[in-house]
Amino acid sequence: MDRILEVVIAKYNYWIYIVLMMIGLYGVIAKNNLVKKIVGMSIFQTAIILFFISMGMKKGATIPIIIHGQEASVMASDYINPLPHVLMLTAIVVAVSTLGVALALAVKIHKEFDTLEEDEILEKIRKS
Amino acid sequence: MRILGILVCVATGAMLIWASGEFPPWGDPNSPASLHVSPRYIEKTMEETSVPNAVTSVLADYRGYDTMFETTVIFAAGVSCFMLLRLFSGRERSSHHYRHILTGLTLRVRRKGKQLPELEEFEPMDSLWTPYDLILRTLCRFLIPFIQLFALYVIAHGHHSPGGGFQGGVILGASMILLAISQDMRSALRRIRERTLAIFSVAGVAIYAGTGALCLILGSNFLDYAALSRIFPVDPVGARSLGIFLVEVGVGIAVMATMIVIYHNLASEGFLDEGL
Amino acid sequence: MTSHLPALVVTVPLLTAFAAFAAGWLRPKLCFPVGLTGLGITAISSIWLLAEVLEAGTVTYELGRWPAPWGIVYVVDRLNGVVLAAISLCAFIQWISSRASVKSQFSDRIGAFYGLELLFVTGVMGITVTGDAFNLYVLLEIASITAYALIAMGGGRAPLSSLNYVFMGTIGACFYLLGVGYLYIMTGSLNMADLASILQGMRSSQAILVAFVIIIVGVWLKMGFFPLHGWLPNAYTHAPWPATTLIAPLMTKVMAYVMMRLVLFLFGPEYSFGVLGLKDVVVWWASLAVVAGSVIALSQKDLKRMITCIILIEIAYMVGGTFLGNRSGTTGAIFHLVNDVFMTLCVFLAVSSLAFRQRELDMDTMEGLFSEMPFTMGALVTGALSIVGVPPTCGFFSKWLLLKGALEAGHYEFMVALILSSLVCLVLFFRVFEAAYFGHGERSHGHHRMREAPLGMVVPLLVVAIGIVALGLMSGEVISSIIEPALPRGVL
Repeated sequence: MDRILEVVIAKYNYWIYIVLMMIGLYGVIAKNNLVKKIVGMSIFQTAIILFFISMGMKKGATIPIIIHGQEASVMASDYINPLPHVLMLTAIVVAVSTLGVALALAVKIHKEFDTLEEDEILEKIRKS
Repeated sequence: MRILGILVCVATGAMLIWASGEFPPWGDPNSPASLHVSPRYIEKTMEETSVPNAVTSVLADYRGYDTMFETTVIFAAGVSCFMLLRLFSGRERSSHHYRHILTGLTLRVRRKGKQLPELEEFEPMDSLWTPYDLILRTLCRFLIPFIQLFALYVIAHGHHSPGGGFQGGVILGASMILLAISQDMRSALRRIRERTLAIFSVAGVAIYAGTGALCLILGSNFLDYAALSRIFPVDPVGARSLGIFLVEVGVGIAVMATMIVIYHNLASEGFLDEGL
Repeated sequence: MTSHLPALVVTVPLLTAFAAFAAGWLRPKLCFPVGLTGLGITAISSIWLLAEVLEAGTVTYELGRWPAPWGIVYVVDRLNGVVLAAISLCAFIQWISSRASVKSQFSDRIGAFYGLELLFVTGVMGITVTGDAFNLYVLLEIASITAYALIAMGGGRAPLSSLNYVFMGTIGACFYLLGVGYLYIMTGSLNMADLASILQGMRSSQAILVAFVIIIVGVWLKMGFFPLHGWLPNAYTHAPWPATTLIAPLMTKVMAYVMMRLVLFLFGPEYSFGVLGLKDVVVWWASLAVVAGSVIALSQKDLKRMITCIILIEIAYMVGGTFLGNRSGTTGAIFHLVNDVFMTLCVFLAVSSLAFRQRELDMDTMEGLFSEMPFTMGALVTGALSIVGVPPTCGFFSKWLLLKGALEAGHYEFMVALILSSLVCLVLFFRVFEAAYFGHGERSHGHHRMREAPLGMVVPLLVVAIGIVALGLMSGEVISSIIEPALPRGVL
């Protein structure tokens, strides 16, 4: 029992983010409405961002800004890992850009077909 | 589709969770990620770049090349929204609404056409009926300069506190979007026109790439800010701090312009006449 | 300046993109010349870089002068160099050829269109030249986002096809990012060479195995490998012609290069081919993909859709060839990658010239084309012969190497799939040529005047067609001096 609790405490953050990722992935694959698919894609990307951030954590460390007055004796274990934060700044910007382009495409599709449900759109395409 | 979706998600999730059995525990200071590459960033950021914020120094200096392409991504998204949605012919409407500013009287003019002229005491209304809210308009007009000031602070103080170009740029963009939402899109477009926004977005990324190219021309590698100490009166370490500041400014300008362009094109479906 | 070539190869298209976009708002007439100069400089730089690599060995370039693994490094070896040269030449030729088409379709937003095309070229050049795993993700997203927007300009069904491409492409790229995250959490590094050396000691780790699987699945999604290819036929068919001729030869081939780079250099041949016996499974699956691609291509009536589905077959060749695991197979796959860039460019440019003049590309309206557009049809014949694999075009030599590799590895099913698909391609193109020569309609008895496409479209097309034959004639030297030494030592 203790062993299981230990494992869960050590890893539960990764599991939560993986579950969140799979919720987003299900949204993209299985939903019918285009906006819901876009939201699912956004959830998927956000979960990956959270996953990366959580791997930079160090117990008892503070944010990675060198404390004013302590520049001479800096120890790496006092500050959390800045690299995942940097990578995820980039990933957030990329996610927002993809979201912007996807929404612009949804607006265009709505102008053309007057609906955002995928089965109705396919029906209209098949008829024409 | 549902069954396929559930199967794929469960299988992928199970595989990913199985792999996490080998991960270091959460918060372990001895994990490979904390021991291999990143200690140098934390320990040497003051002596190599004189920027206390390790995230900013890694973002804009050690891995500055990634950030340049990230700015290019947001620029490409803005250009894409413009290219996909923009329609230069105006929207045809069968009736237009005007509101008398002093008394709140509204007029409906039944005439086909694109846009009627702006009259002195009557302001054109969006076709979606919105009540005239004096409190909202005045409050936002007061708030927007302070928001912009705060955004400039975030950009400039990114060396010493959490912040930087992206964050400040988004806040700047949000201030103009607030103007567009609280009043109407026409006033926001009067403040900063479409062509100006396009030039700003290019100029921002070009400042970033141009700083890198300047370092190339001055003899060092691309994006090696130490080369800037040849033309500015600072030592190489200070030149890195200066270079980081220059690129952050470029990023801020580009992100601001792109956010506003994306909002305008999405909210008005490309016509840039009226929004939310 | 020569020591800065790796940076120039990516920076020049980037700055040219900004200049073209700005020119679109200030002086639209300048967009085309600006892009032409930029792409010309890029092509010259990449050929010069290849020459330097052939002479002096691998070229490394530290961006910002930070050593690896703390900074981002560009590493150009023979594999990189030849793919870079092929991509930049393809982009340059396509730029010239698509001028008339772009001017007629997108003249009110020409700065934005040309700017996005140049950013796409920047993205694919960057994917090829980088030596850092996360930098690859960022450049991949640049190439993808610009591709989504360019494809959606087609009108009609194009935005929907592009949105489907957005969904599948983003999932693929995110899988790649997740895999890089798993690698980072186990090793702490993002640099490819550093990762390769650290991973030597982690062969039996389950996290590394899952990272390998998820990265390869992500790359296959972006590559259009059956059955993850659902987005490809619709997206490329409904896109406007200038976008298709740029994206179709480049995007999937660069993802195939990424797969080869990861399998051969990052994870290493012993790991990738040995783990889980995946090697045989993948080759079987690739044979299935070749057959499926052939069946899909056979059932198409529209010419543009048919040549798009041929891309599925070519990609399956490359996956199968890489995972065959021996020198002939891998050499064949790499040479096929270079060939396919030009073959696809040739066929797509030819059909776009046809579409420019004819407007409708159904099999019934195509007769008499041989006398109306002889140069275009001649180039199409050359491209078709190369896809089928007829000497002396380059397609023959790469298929020969793939067959040899399959024979040596004992994968007879791959050999059968190769030969079968070549026959299917022969049938496909024969149908097209028969319709163009003999004709079905009533006007087949008239004498057709020559009504070729404009000179700006025909001349680049002929250059590519001649290049395909020249590449085939020189294939011996190309393989022995560039491709053979590019393989890592572990490939037997």
